[in-house]
Amino acid sequence: MTTTAEPTTEVGKSRVRKEDARLITGRTRWTDNLTPPGTLHLAVVRSPISHAKITGIDAEAARQLPGVIGVYTAADLGAEAVGLPCAWPVTPDMKAPQRPPLAVGTVHFAGEGVAVVIARSAAEARDASDLVEVDYDPLEPVLDMEEAVKEGATLVHPDLGTNVNAFWAFDSGEAGTGGSAADAIAAAESDPDSIVIKRRFIQQRLIPAFMEPRSIVVDPTGEQLTITTSTQVPHILRTMTSVVLGIPESKIRVIAPDVGGGFGGKIHVSPEEMLCTLAAQKLGKPIKHTETRSESLLAAHHGRDQIQDLTLSAKKDGTVTGLHVALVADMGSYLGLVTPGVPILGAFMFNAIYKIPAYHFECTNVFTTKTLTDAYRGAGRPEATFGIERMMDELADELGRDPMEVRQQNWIKHEEFPFTTVCGLTYDSGNYEAATQKAMELFDYAGLRREQEERRRNGDKVQLGIGISTFTEMCGLAPSRVLGSLSYGAGGWESASVRMLATGKVEVVTGASGHGQGHETAWSQIAADALGVPFEDVEVLHGDTQVSPKGLDTYGSRSLAVGGIALVKAAEKVVEKARKIAAHLLEASEDDLEFSGGKFSVKGTDKGMLIQEVAFATFMAHNYPEGIEPSLDADYTYDPENFSFPHGTHLAAMEVDTETGRVNLRKYVCVDDVGSAVNPLIVEGQIHGGLAQGIAQALFEEANYDEQGTLVNGTFVDYTLPSAADLPSFTTDRTETPATSNPLGVKGVGEAGTIASTPAIVNGVIDAVRHLGVNEVPMPCTPQRVWRAIQEAQGRSTQETPVDTHSPGAGLGSIDPNNPQGEVQ
Amino acid sequence: MAQVRVTVDGVNYADDVEPRMLLVYYLRERLGKTGTVVGCDTSNCGACTVHLNGQSVKSCSVLAVQADGAEVTTIEGIARDGKLHPVQQAFHEEHALQCGFCTPGMIMQAIDLLGDNPDPDEREVREGIEGNLCRCTGYHNIVKAVRSAAQKMKPGAVSTPEQTPAPVAGGGS
Repeated sequence: MTTTAEPTTEVGKSRVRKEDARLITGRTRWTDNLTPPGTLHLAVVRSPISHAKITGIDAEAARQLPGVIGVYTAADLGAEAVGLPCAWPVTPDMKAPQRPPLAVGTVHFAGEGVAVVIARSAAEARDASDLVEVDYDPLEPVLDMEEAVKEGATLVHPDLGTNVNAFWAFDSGEAGTGGSAADAIAAAESDPDSIVIKRRFIQQRLIPAFMEPRSIVVDPTGEQLTITTSTQVPHILRTMTSVVLGIPESKIRVIAPDVGGGFGGKIHVSPEEMLCTLAAQKLGKPIKHTETRSESLLAAHHGRDQIQDLTLSAKKDGTVTGLHVALVADMGSYLGLVTPGVPILGAFMFNAIYKIPAYHFECTNVFTTKTLTDAYRGAGRPEATFGIERMMDELADELGRDPMEVRQQNWIKHEEFPFTTVCGLTYDSGNYEAATQKAMELFDYAGLRREQEERRRNGDKVQLGIGISTFTEMCGLAPSRVLGSLSYGAGGWESASVRMLATGKVEVVTGASGHGQGHETAWSQIAADALGVPFEDVEVLHGDTQVSPKGLDTYGSRSLAVGGIALVKAAEKVVEKARKIAAHLLEASEDDLEFSGGKFSVKGTDKGMLIQEVAFATFMAHNYPEGIEPSLDADYTYDPENFSFPHGTHLAAMEVDTETGRVNLRKYVCVDDVGSAVNPLIVEGQIHGGLAQGIAQALFEEANYDEQGTLVNGTFVDYTLPSAADLPSFTTDRTETPATSNPLGVKGVGEAGTIASTPAIVNGVIDAVRHLGVNEVPMPCTPQRVWRAIQEAQGRSTQETPVDTHSPGAGLGSIDPNNPQGEVQ
Repeated sequence: MAQVRVTVDGVNYADDVEPRMLLVYYLRERLGKTGTVVGCDTSNCGACTVHLNGQSVKSCSVLAVQADGAEVTTIEGIARDGKLHPVQQAFHEEHALQCGFCTPGMIMQAIDLLGDNPDPDEREVREGIEGNLCRCTGYHNIVKAVRSAAQKMKPGAVSTPEQTPAPVAGGGS
């Protein structure tokens, strides 16, 4: 980018967003706003039972209702043999069940579709779906992952012969990237100058809970079948719909219009998308389905849900010598698009920012009769970061050291970059010292430690804890060859096109598919700098496979680090094409032209031409050089060389009432290093939102199943997303250590806050009550759980209660019975 | 069918509706007011918040027939003469939205809050919008936006004249 004073660069500016104009005025195009003439509405009849044989379906009463077109099972739609795709066979011998769009013979989770009703209106379809009577012969639910892998356990899919989906392992000794963790741990066990710490952590099941419920309209009229859907992955959906249903890809158009959040929850080829497509083909009419929130929480994929057994060995001087990680991960009843790969993404991140010389990771993926899991913001990396950051605190405690000091002792020093880790990844850049120093100053680490001491000394009822998380993560998914080596079923490139319009305006087409991130603004800034055109003159187009035919969509903090670079490269091609034509028109040699601020100037003269003028001349095409095409437009498909590795230091001051277990997040400070920021305002917003979701895992959220395998908190009444009243304002800041792997120096930011914050909060909660003997509180750390942990540590008995996550104050903001203000009475 | 006469964003309507039809579906499906959205089915998320006779209501918790004779204002009706409402403007300037799905309801609730309390502190803002969920922003910038709008609306600069208070529908009869 130009660094001269004139013109000022767009990249780096905190631009307010272009896309806001329609979003703050209600001029939005959500899928549910679209109802083409003749649209029929589809409702799904869902199983209330987690595991059962379907013994009969009586749809007669439903069919009799006015407006009902029909009631269809998988057989009626010709979908019995259809299998929804999993794109990530993590091992060659992975066991994968067929995942039908509607249950065939057996239901495998509560919420699975059994039949669909199609009617003239959505209300009629739902009324009729209530009248469809399904007879079930219940089978044993499979709910406990560890029981499920034992001999003689009830099988979720008997034809697979096991409940184990896959076993995936990495050992640095075997890979030659480090020593043997088993040896390191064995050596530590017999060495009086070493210690070995073993801990078990539970990553509870979460629900992405994007604010816009998913909606689909499939229109079979016209030559191409048009699937408009609330998705993060229109391009992947197009290809996969072709693969799954056998429709030629060229006959499918997928549109992701305004999409109201995703967080991984809209990375799928969903049963509902395929059902609407099948029904549209069958009936020749547009078919629409909009899920209710309860349906969404019940049947859209969940996230996390792992048991983590960690063993860490260290010398008593604090130097970590080995780490052994054994996971059991719940797939749920089926495999979604990347389900089995989610825990495996964590394999490369347990070593985090530390120089761990010997590392072993293994993961057993298990089927249960619960809703399937798949990507949720961070996908594998939050789990890994939680595991190692909790362990570093445990190590510090065992050694009686300050937890930040132990981290500093083990982390990769700034001058050691680029650094190849024990997993074989090469971290290109980072400066953990700078981010940590800044965070500790903003937080007043020393002052808060003093206050903590004081409160402990005084035996205050409310104790103070300081939670630390010094995280890194791998994102910007991803170098295609690396994905290939992990058996992922696609590449990781991204595409961009730049179109120079005759009037000087610029269209940027991106294969990334934003759904709230601010791509339209950030891409405009990048294009404005690269082409020297005004920010306002750039129009960013995405999310429609007829407009943006090529792309791999938005997830894994990849849009900027991959798609943004594709744009830079496409714009470079435009400038080079324009240079030839400008040279011709200016009657100068290409070598004598310099391009700056949107103008081609002949060196040493006052002759020059704006790129918009070149664009118009090219459009006219009356006068251009021989042997080239009269077009400035260019495409670029960028395949990254490496992941990007953002990092940061997050600090949380947690107050815990030792009598009631109530937790208060008093102060949260984070200093993130996401490389160069294209738009600091947007970066900060991404961090804020990420923090809220990570904090919510630590304190508020969990998808709970009862003994029958029924989700018991499948509404927003009891799946407790934090409200504004549950969170404080955050202190965020940045250091900038540019990535060396791309020309913008950018690293991903979309998932950073979520990955970092969960362990900071839990470490803080435990730090507040560690002197009472507590060294673990399961998430979410509700008042009841914190109170129990204190009681148990003090040797007092507590009474069991069946469901212990929904105590008052656990994020129930909007329905606090003592404070009904704001509710309609 | 029951008849409902209602003024929405300054336009009078008379329609026959099913008695069970919720106000939000009447707005969206009958009047095409798709700026107001449905985010849940338990009245928790607040995405559907509109003003009914000048007070915020979750329009999923009001039957269309309960709005009979009432004046409804939606997100589509608060900009005047092409000029954004100060709360809309503040949401834009403070980057108080990302995906934007909760935004219409959040803005309508914030306007209501500022009607009741023209200069709320941070805690009062957080409690005043706790019935509206956002999954993108962590609320940080929403709180900033509401407080910033409060400052700009301060000395009698309120561009939304107070409606005559009327009983708020949503429960009871």
